[in-house]
This record gives sequence, structure tokens and C-alpha cells, in this order.
Amino acid sequence: MMMSDKHTPQTGNDGLPAQADAVPLAVADSSRPSRWSPSLVWLIPLVAALIGGYLAVQAVLSRGPTITITFRSGEGLEAGKTRIKYKDVEIGEVTAVRISPDSKNIEATAQLSKEAERFLAHDSRFWIVRPRIAGGSVSGLGTLLSGAYVGMDAGKSSEMSQHFTGLEVPPILTGDLPGRQFVLKATELGSLDIGAPVYFRRVPVGQVVAYQLGKQGRNVDITVFINAPYDHFVTEDSRFWHASGVDLSVSANGLKVNTQSLSAIMLGGVAFETPASVQEGKPAAASSAFSLSNTREQAMQAPDHEVVPLRLKFQQSVRGLTVGAPVDFRGIVIGEVTSIGMEYDAPRKDFNMLVDIRIYPSRLLSMSRNLDETRLHQLKLDKMVEHGMRAQLRSGSLLTGQLYVALDFFRDARPALLGRSQGMDVLPTIPGDLEELQGVLQRIARKLDKVPFDSIGKELDSTIKELHATLATTRQLGESLDGKVVPQTLQTLQQLQRTLDAAGQTLQANSPLQQDVRKAAQEVSDTARSFRALSDYLDRHPEALIRGKQENKP
Amino acid sequence: MPRYPLKTAARHGLWSCHGCSLLCRLPAAAQQAAWHCPRCGAALHPRKPHSLQYAWAFLIAAVICYIPANLMPIMLTEMLSGTQRDTIMSGVVYLWQGGSWPLALVVFIASVLVPLLKILSMLLLLLTVHWRSRWAPRQRTRLYRLLEVVGPWSMLDIYVVGLLVALVQLQSLATIKAGPGAIAFGAVVVLTMLSAMHFDPRLIWDVFEDDDE
Repeated sequence: MMMSDKHTPQTGNDGLPAQADAVPLAVADSSRPSRWSPSLVWLIPLVAALIGGYLAVQAVLSRGPTITITFRSGEGLEAGKTRIKYKDVEIGEVTAVRISPDSKNIEATAQLSKEAERFLAHDSRFWIVRPRIAGGSVSGLGTLLSGAYVGMDAGKSSEMSQHFTGLEVPPILTGDLPGRQFVLKATELGSLDIGAPVYFRRVPVGQVVAYQLGKQGRNVDITVFINAPYDHFVTEDSRFWHASGVDLSVSANGLKVNTQSLSAIMLGGVAFETPASVQEGKPAAASSAFSLSNTREQAMQAPDHEVVPLRLKFQQSVRGLTVGAPVDFRGIVIGEVTSIGMEYDAPRKDFNMLVDIRIYPSRLLSMSRNLDETRLHQLKLDKMVEHGMRAQLRSGSLLTGQLYVALDFFRDARPALLGRSQGMDVLPTIPGDLEELQGVLQRIARKLDKVPFDSIGKELDSTIKELHATLATTRQLGESLDGKVVPQTLQTLQQLQRTLDAAGQTLQANSPLQQDVRKAAQEVSDTARSFRALSDYLDRHPEALIRGKQENKP
Repeated sequence: MPRYPLKTAARHGLWSCHGCSLLCRLPAAAQQAAWHCPRCGAALHPRKPHSLQYAWAFLIAAVICYIPANLMPIMLTEMLSGTQRDTIMSGVVYLWQGGSWPLALVVFIASVLVPLLKILSMLLLLLTVHWRSRWAPRQRTRLYRLLEVVGPWSMLDIYVVGLLVALVQLQSLATIKAGPGAIAFGAVVVLTMLSAMHFDPRLIWDVFEDDDE
């Protein structure tokens, strides 16, 4: 629109100022005014509109789905800051975090990008990545600097969803990790945790990915995942066991310690193996169940097919006997104790200790090859009892006071019969060796009891007093000896000395006495000689005694 | 209905040269020719040529740009924690939540309110001229003067972003880039200034002249 047409100059204007004459005239342009299209300026808003429209369309098109994720706690979640990443690639961000309507959880609303649409299967999983120290591994350290982010694992379901429940811990297995899962049935979890390694010949080949209690709460179902190239080592005959234990065994060769790796001891783990005796089995199907033993030894044992429950009644204390204590037959473990209880025995007016055991006859069979199944059934217990089979509590270790149940044949045991009680065979028992020892000790103690320690003490007391008096008199005697007898004795000794000196002088070689004695001795020997001559003569001439000495006749 | 007895120069056939401000008289009855200043030779116009057209065009472009300027990130902060995109509003909200609400207020006024007010004021001026409104010409003229004064100050946060982009370049630790919103925002400021520049406030008064006839 042109405005200039409104400003036509007026001629003959009465209100013209006086200086108007001085105003110079405008000069007309010879050329036609260039009538360039004024609409060119409208290109600017047009371009702006085009660019804006393009951006708007792009924003709308690249705008992915909005989802809500429920978490138990919003630790680390920040609206507008926390990113959502799939395989560490950003695919969206958390736009709002609020408490869920039931105020039990946190609801995070996330705006995802367009390409994330196809990951939103019904079974997609979300979790918050924070620094974590678990299972011997440290993860998410990067988030110390960058702040937490929401990790995601795409699901496989064809069903789409906009609402997800976040996991509290990151899943071990993400996406399409090749491998297979198996279920291990264990009596207890032990030191296992999610992420605990699974070893095959000490090589970590998988992980524990989940565990849950069985339906009745009788056992724990542990799910393990074996990675792809190794999963065909799991055959139908594979045996699994807790690898966290340390096997100490003392043999004739010395001490042997058998363990898996140190980390397995610290953190627990599962090991599996296929017994060498088993021929090449075919790989187990995925999700097939195995039982988890406590030790490798246990795992490698032939599985016990037949179980015979028995009840034992003891009239003695079972302190030191625990559930799981071995039942052994001459050193071979053939079963274990399953429960310990007691009952009132009305006729005896006393309590019986009830010990339930189970024994595995197959173990006896494996020991004696010549026994076949049919004969095993003929191993009738009642026959055995007649032959003296009895149960006895024995002490496994004097140090710890642990007891175990021993089955054995006691030929001199009192005859007894196999009983029945509440649908279980009751095996007769005999008192244990420890009990006998206790009896002996008791008898000794009773005898010791009869010794009159009191009167002995009293007598000892009086005796000591008398001894005291005796000692006193002895001391007096000593003192009198010291005071009176000793000087006398000294005098006597001096006298004796003098006497001895005189005697010595008397006995000296040149003393007259000596000479006299010598002469006398010579005299005596002379005398003896003449006597011998006489006796000789008499020997030859006995008649001389009567007739007298005969002159020698010429 | 106020009466303004004075007549405009254009009424007297006097045009002012845009180039050297020489006042020129137009010979009568010269309708179709284009006129020149006898002194400097610049084209003479009684009012700014195509004033309303240009003002409208720039204003509409500014309105269009105002939307992405507020919705798109004006600043991209790349830190170890990832990229943070800040729009003007998120910055205001952040400052407000951080407790420094005076600063938030300053940013809000300078970056959100003022451009919006400029756009709305321009819209008001243009519409009133179109409808040949006789309402409050003085205040409208004053508003126009205010617009011209305020114009450059809306560049405040463009200026801040420019500074930060230049300063914070710590490679892997933190870098700041100008987002697409900053461009749009700059465009809004420039376009509103252009729009105000092209608007001729004398148009506000021309209505009274025509009515007097």
C-alpha cells in the first residue's frame, strides 16, 4: 500500500509559514521510479515461517513415545537430567519424577526418541545404573561423575507397552546373550548370590541369574545361565555343587586342601561336572532341573534311589547329635539323621529320645557288588535284628562331643525285635560306648563318695597336732644334747685321744714291749717247732709214748 | 477527542530529505514522478517508504522466530555428565529454584518479557495505524520511543551465551555451545528492531490531518 498519495501538496494554502518561500524546490526525477515489488520483504517472514515449520515438523516427527517407569526409590533420578540409555546410547530422558498415586513407589515419566519405539516391548526392562559393588565386581563407576542414568534392555515380546516396572538391580543377562538357563534345586542358598560364577573345570562359564524359594518353601530354585559355547557341557548326568567350600582331608599322605578359586570361597559359586564313569550323555535341554549338592564328593556319589526311613529310641542323652549326622556301618556312611525328638514312655515313666534316620541301601549295594537288587530286598531288617543288628550312639570326636549313629552287629546283645511305630520301623538300640564310659566313671565316683574324707581329715588333723608335740620334745632333747652332752663328749674324746697316744707309744717298733713280744713270739715258734718234731716222731713211733724213746741201735 | 491544531509539514507540501534533512517544497501536481533532494540527490518521500509493509513483515517474522527461541535450547553445556540443554525458561526456573530469584527475575524480564512486550507493542502500533485509530497518540508515540531505546538490550542473553561459548572450552570436561534457540532468539531481537526502525511514528498523527479535511 502506498502512503504517498495522501500527502499531496496543497496549493493556495493560507496557513503557509512565511519562510516557505525560502524552502528549496524538490527536483523531479527524470527516470520512472523503480517499482520493485515491495512484496519481496515478505520473503523474510516466509523464510522464518518455513524454517520454523520445518523445525516444528521435525520436532513432532522425532518425538518418540512417552513412557512411565515405576521404581521403588528415585535415588539418582532427576527430571530433565537423567538420561535413558540402551547399550550406552542415549535414547531419551526422564522428564518428570513423582510419587505414584498409591505413594509406595516412584513414577518416572520419560520421553524417548523416535528410534526407541521399537524397543518398547512388553518385557523390556529398565533399571537405574548407579555405582555398585556386588558379587566381586564393581560396576557403574562412571556414574559417580555423570550421575545415574536409566539403563534399558529391549524385550522380545511383540506386545507393546507404555508402562514398565523398573528393576532394583541390573539384570545379569541383557538382550540376546547366547546360552541356556538351568534350574538347580538346593536345600539352601548358601553363600550364593545373583551374579555368582558357575565353574566348569575351574573355568567360569556362567552365572547365577536368579533364585527363588520353591512353592512349598522346601527348597530353593536357583537359576543359572551357562554362556553359549559351554552350555553343551551340561549333560543330563551333570552334577552341580556349591563351589564355595574348602575341602580339607587328612589321609595317609598328609593334609589335602581342595578348593575352587579364592573368589569362589569368598563369594560363593557353583561348579558342575559330568562324572567320568558316565558315557557321553546328550546335552541337557534348556531349563532342565538339577539338584545342587553341598560338596563335590556328595555330588559325584551315585544317586540314592532307595531310601529306608528308620526310627531309633534311645534312653540316653542325644546331646551332640545333630540333624544330618552320619549313620555309618563299620565306617561307611550309609545314611543320615533326619530329625530328633522325644516321646513320653508311660510304662517306664521316662522319656525316650526319638531319632529318625534314613539309610540308603544302595550304598551297601555299591560296596558289595555281589549283592543284586533282588537280594537287597532279602536283606530283611528283622532278620538282621535277630542276628544282632543294633543302633548305637558313638562319639565321633571327643573334642567336639559330636555323636553319630552307628549300625553294627552285636552278637552278645540282648535279643530284641524290629518294632513298628507310626508307620516306621523301629530298630532296637544299645547304649553307646560313651554311655558305658560314663557309667564306669559314675561307679568310680560313687566309690569315691563313700570314702569318709571328713573323719580322715579330722584324724589327720589330730595326728598333725601330736606330731607337732613330738617335734617340740625332740627339739628340747636336741637342745639338752647341745648344752650338756656335747661338752662331756668332747672331754671324753680328749681323754680317748690321750689314751690312744699312750697306746701308740707303747706299740712303737723300738718299744720294750714290742721287743718282748717279738722274743715271746720266737719262743712260741721254737716251741711249736719242737712240738712238730715231737709229733712227727710220735707219728713214726707211736709206741714211744708207752715204751719211751728208743735209742738208735747200731 | 483531542484536537491538534498544528498541521504536519507534508500538509504544506514540505518533505524532509532522509539523507541530509533538507526541507524541500514539492511543486504542485507532480503526482507520478519520483522526487529528489536538490542538495544531496537522495530520493524524497513524505514518509518512510513502505513503512507499514516492512514493519509488518519483520514483525511477523519475529513472532515466528519467537516460538523456537523459547522452546529450543539456547545453550548446550557438554559435561562429563552428558549434554545439558538449557532453554531460556529452564534457566529461569533453575535460578528460581536455586533461590537466586532476583537474578531469575532479571533474566526473565530481559529475555522473555521484553521481547514479548516489544512484539506486542509493535503489533499495537501497527494495528492502530491500520484502523486509523485516534486513541492516545501521544502515549503511542512515547511507546515507540521506548521501543527504540529498549531494542538493543534484549541482546543480553545472546551476549552472555556468546561470552560463555568463548570462555568455557575445557575440551572433555565441559564445553558450551550456542543452541539453535540462540539463533532464533537473536533473530527475534534483530527483526523486532528492524520492524521498529521501519515504522514511521508520523503515521500515528496523520489520521488527525485527514479527519480535519
